[in-house]
Amino acid sequence: MTVALPLTIREAVLALSNTPDARLIQGGTDMMVEINFNHLKPNNIIALRRIQELRTWQKNADGTVTIGAGVPYQEMESGELKQLVPALAEAARTVGSPQIRAAGTLGGNLGTCSPAGDGLPVLFALDAVVHLQSHEALRQISIHEFMLGVKRNARNANEIITAVTIPLLNGWQGYAKVGVRNAMVISVASACLAIDKSTNSVRIGLGAVGPTIIRCRDAESWLSQQFDFSSTTGIDGAVAKEFGRRVTLESKPIDDHRSTAEYRRHAVGVLAQRLITRAYPS
Amino acid sequence: MNETIGNEMYSLHINGQDRPVVDAWVGESLLYVLRERLGLPGAKGACEQGECGSCTVLMDGDAVCSCLVMAATAVGSDIVTVEGLIEQNPTMAVTAQAITSQVTDVQQAFITEGGVQCGFCTPGLIVAVHHLLDKNPNPTELEVKESISGNICRCTGYGRIFAAVEAVVQVRKANS
Amino acid sequence: MSAIKQDIRTRDTLGASALRPDGVAKVTGSFSFSSDMWAENMLWGATLRSPHPYARIISIDTTDALLISGVSAVLTAQDVPGKATYGLISADQPVFASEFVRYMGEPVAVVAADHPETCRRALAAIIVHYEVLTPVVDPELAMLSTTEQIHPDGNLIRHQRIVHGDPHASAEITVEGNYTIGMQDQAFLGLEAAMAFPDSGGNGVELHIATQWLHEDRGQIAACLALPEENVRLVLGGVGGAFGAREDISLQVHCCLLALRTGKPIKMQYSREESFFGHVHRHPAKIWMKHHATKDGKIVKIESRMVFDGGAYTSTSPAVLINGITHTQGPYQCDNAVVDGFAVRTNNPPCGAMRGFGVVQACFAHESQMDLLAEACGLSAVDIRLENAMRTGDKLITGQVVESVAPVERCIRETNAIPMPDPLASNANVLEFPGGSGRTADRHNIIRGVGWGVSIKNLMYSEGFDDYATARCTLSNGVASLKFATSEVGQGFVTLAPQIARSVLGVDDVVLETSDTQIGSAGSTSASRQTWMSGGAVDGACRLVRERLFEHVGKLHNIDPIRLMVENTDIIDTVGTFRISVAEATQGITLSETFEHHHRKTEDLDENGQGNCHVAFAFVAHRAVVDVDVELGLVKVVQIATAQDVGRVLNPLSAIGQLEGGIAQGLGLAVMEEIIMDNGRVKNPSFTDYLLPTALDAPRVVAVMIEEPEPQAPLGAKGIGEPPCISVTPAIVAAIRAATGKALLRVPVRPQDICL
Repeated sequence: MTVALPLTIREAVLALSNTPDARLIQGGTDMMVEINFNHLKPNNIIALRRIQELRTWQKNADGTVTIGAGVPYQEMESGELKQLVPALAEAARTVGSPQIRAAGTLGGNLGTCSPAGDGLPVLFALDAVVHLQSHEALRQISIHEFMLGVKRNARNANEIITAVTIPLLNGWQGYAKVGVRNAMVISVASACLAIDKSTNSVRIGLGAVGPTIIRCRDAESWLSQQFDFSSTTGIDGAVAKEFGRRVTLESKPIDDHRSTAEYRRHAVGVLAQRLITRAYPS
Repeated sequence: MNETIGNEMYSLHINGQDRPVVDAWVGESLLYVLRERLGLPGAKGACEQGECGSCTVLMDGDAVCSCLVMAATAVGSDIVTVEGLIEQNPTMAVTAQAITSQVTDVQQAFITEGGVQCGFCTPGLIVAVHHLLDKNPNPTELEVKESISGNICRCTGYGRIFAAVEAVVQVRKANS
Repeated sequence: MSAIKQDIRTRDTLGASALRPDGVAKVTGSFSFSSDMWAENMLWGATLRSPHPYARIISIDTTDALLISGVSAVLTAQDVPGKATYGLISADQPVFASEFVRYMGEPVAVVAADHPETCRRALAAIIVHYEVLTPVVDPELAMLSTTEQIHPDGNLIRHQRIVHGDPHASAEITVEGNYTIGMQDQAFLGLEAAMAFPDSGGNGVELHIATQWLHEDRGQIAACLALPEENVRLVLGGVGGAFGAREDISLQVHCCLLALRTGKPIKMQYSREESFFGHVHRHPAKIWMKHHATKDGKIVKIESRMVFDGGAYTSTSPAVLINGITHTQGPYQCDNAVVDGFAVRTNNPPCGAMRGFGVVQACFAHESQMDLLAEACGLSAVDIRLENAMRTGDKLITGQVVESVAPVERCIRETNAIPMPDPLASNANVLEFPGGSGRTADRHNIIRGVGWGVSIKNLMYSEGFDDYATARCTLSNGVASLKFATSEVGQGFVTLAPQIARSVLGVDDVVLETSDTQIGSAGSTSASRQTWMSGGAVDGACRLVRERLFEHVGKLHNIDPIRLMVENTDIIDTVGTFRISVAEATQGITLSETFEHHHRKTEDLDENGQGNCHVAFAFVAHRAVVDVDVELGLVKVVQIATAQDVGRVLNPLSAIGQLEGGIAQGLGLAVMEEIIMDNGRVKNPSFTDYLLPTALDAPRVVAVMIEEPEPQAPLGAKGIGEPPCISVTPAIVAAIRAATGKALLRVPVRPQDICL
């Protein structure tokens, strides 16, 4: 049994290439639960916590921001990153607890790929791109192609998620997450809404109501025909409500011990209505 | 079946000291190693999934759940447990009756304000509060609540815990 | 006379906010909880549990498990030398399942090994063949004689009827409802843990255990081990909360069996998941209630039918049921009643004691009813309750006269006088909104509601049970030493006991000896009883010592002892000038007395549920203010105002801690805590999905302590642990109803109950 503690991405992908069955661990907030509960007994571990390259972020000249897969959620909650991607800051604040936010990362959310992953609706709404690196190659893949299903993604076994690049859109963006108590909640339903005035489009990504995050493209397209996103006036209440209803139609929630499909469907409709109204208050 | 449990040896830097960990299994959490291998049972395990905060320790200046840290990956990090707070923190008396010089002001306030009942959540909370006040010496009521929202207390209902934090904030302000 | 009295509060006597003697240890992490114990040579124990709610065990093969290197023992039912079953009221629960498993998680075997990981492998290697059966999970069905009886003792654990006054009385107004209470878990943080040390001869064992009642555990353990009780010694380990979940045996017998088999110390501890399976929960219940009242709102008759799902084994279901039905009327006058109560066995998890013990369920029903009555009569929630408020001298529907101080009206009025919180500001921080940092609501989505709950709760054990408490006081060289078996679970008895000694004896230094079975029983830390009972025992023992001290001093100084009294830290002659410090007076002598405190006798209930079955009662009122996001069904409890009948505040800091803590638990039952069952399977045995209130869920609590000293209570103080969690739940639900207009007949209230 080995634990590798690489200092660079290069070392990490080499280690992964040498021990293909090695499990990657960053913050540990998902994997350690599996290990503590004896659902997972890794033979080999590659711990990414020392790789500084993964813990940095940068604003790019092309109007995007690239966030290292190892940047903890607590760093996204405030400061310049919050200014740049406010919806991500809002989502980050809802992740687990302060202790979890000190350790949890986007890389982890992507690696686990649960539809309840708090950062994922933001990535979907903003059309983020996932950076993957193996010993042989670097590649980038749209988030929409990356997440394949519940806890299934397009990462090859010899790849490490190194970063996420998020376009900076011109327009309002926000996030909302439904949970029964006021802290430490697993999402019952969540939504990220973002406006891109340059393309006169609205994007809405739903969490915890389908096997993947859902982009409600029909509802988005409908709304862009009803409303000018460069408008400075508020959105009509009936339009906002109808948008919510259409969002509901594209959700695919299930019943489980946390909530019912009926409630989740209802909730995302309400969130959509409220988010678009926040974007364009009267 | 004659499998060995573990054969790892590594060293962790805890409360200012290097502590070797021998013959361990790599999957062990930092919480397990602290409690079962290093004689530091202050951090408590009440859920093993990061949902209660009883295992909170400081790691490189962050408050984290030690049950979610794979101990073998914490090599090179600076770890502080509840047992190690006293060396690093003020012991100014919060009230006229100083209990003992062996507790920090936060620890004393928890006692004098009634923030301790069964005590199981207490070490994790003490660490979380120290962390809060290190980063934010003058937190609002909501900032206090949010910063300890990852620490579950089943006995107190949090009222006396809020009072304890407030007491420390006031005394530190007065003394500065 | 004497000089100005020293402020008693600086001496940490009764009435002072004395600090916890274990406080330093707890804040530094050096306090030893039972899970912190460690011994040289120790082995670890672990339990194999049934994955099925109901099955016949065809075979158990432990051969492979025993072959694993590091495994020292594998035990099953055939390895229990004594009684095969145990139980608090009826010994119907097997140490290990042998023929049937009757609930998901029922223990089937235990192993001892050198490491928890070896234990895990050993458990995985035990082969159990089950014939899976269809679980009986509906108590209504389970009660029918035509349904499969899942236990030789039958499915009906207890039925009790109450008929009081005129069963045919009627009145102009009737309101009725069907109420459902979900299964709450005590969810103490300090997970089950124990260490058992076998005696070298193998004829005895010492068990260090976090528990609520050492002696009751001992009796059951000794019977199962086939050992005399005096050979089974229990020592209280550090307890991380209890709330009723440690009243039943969990790992005690298992741990001792492994120790005796292996000859080595055995440590056992449960994970959180295992803990959810390893202890009893609060009874889920379905209650139908019908109130008949005059149009002025005066209650004329109450009818009720209560069904408590006791799960697979009896535990304390018979007593929980009685508590529930005898509190049907709430803290209100009621001359006529017909109540049927059923405690039923099912293949759901066993249910037993949890803070409130049956009254929580009844209170949700009766307080919901009172609001319906208020509406039907055109009265406010406050006025309907004032109209019917119980007073000392009134009767329960069991015919028992309430002799306790009963300041119900005062509880309501003083709660009502507490200022309401400020309205939610439109620019309030998002954390103040329902949904918190989830940012689900905007200000205009939020509606505020106010609701009320008032309750009565019995104190101590009932139906003829003599739950006495014992304490020993030893006084020597100015230091008092106290010994009692009272379980400190966090409530602060270890703080109170020295306060009693300081008050009675005039010492400042008080030492607490180990709590173990080397002294007589203290009874359970439950039923809001320890201040009254163990406090009474400590008080009684100290008084006996004081009496002997006065005799001693009187003899030495030629003063009639009757003239002596303690004043601060001196003994003085009340009609003379003599004064001596207690320290000096006790120099070189040792006085020791043991006292048993018994409460008054209580009776069984007859076939009409009539009888003086309770000892005493306490009362409390709660007013809840909640903000509700009506469209999403999310709730933020803003303020709980409460006035509680406490008799006498012995320690203000401890007291407010009990009130705030109990309120949080009642809040949990109102809006977030429920063990979710699906055909006998527990769906959420983790803190991810069994939600406890966090610091961001805590409301502001404004509390008034109503001190009308209880003449029956040895220190004038009533028990205060349970009332805070009882009527706060219906108060919160009533507030949500006020905000939403929804009927809300179940707790916990879920978002979909509010908005769909």
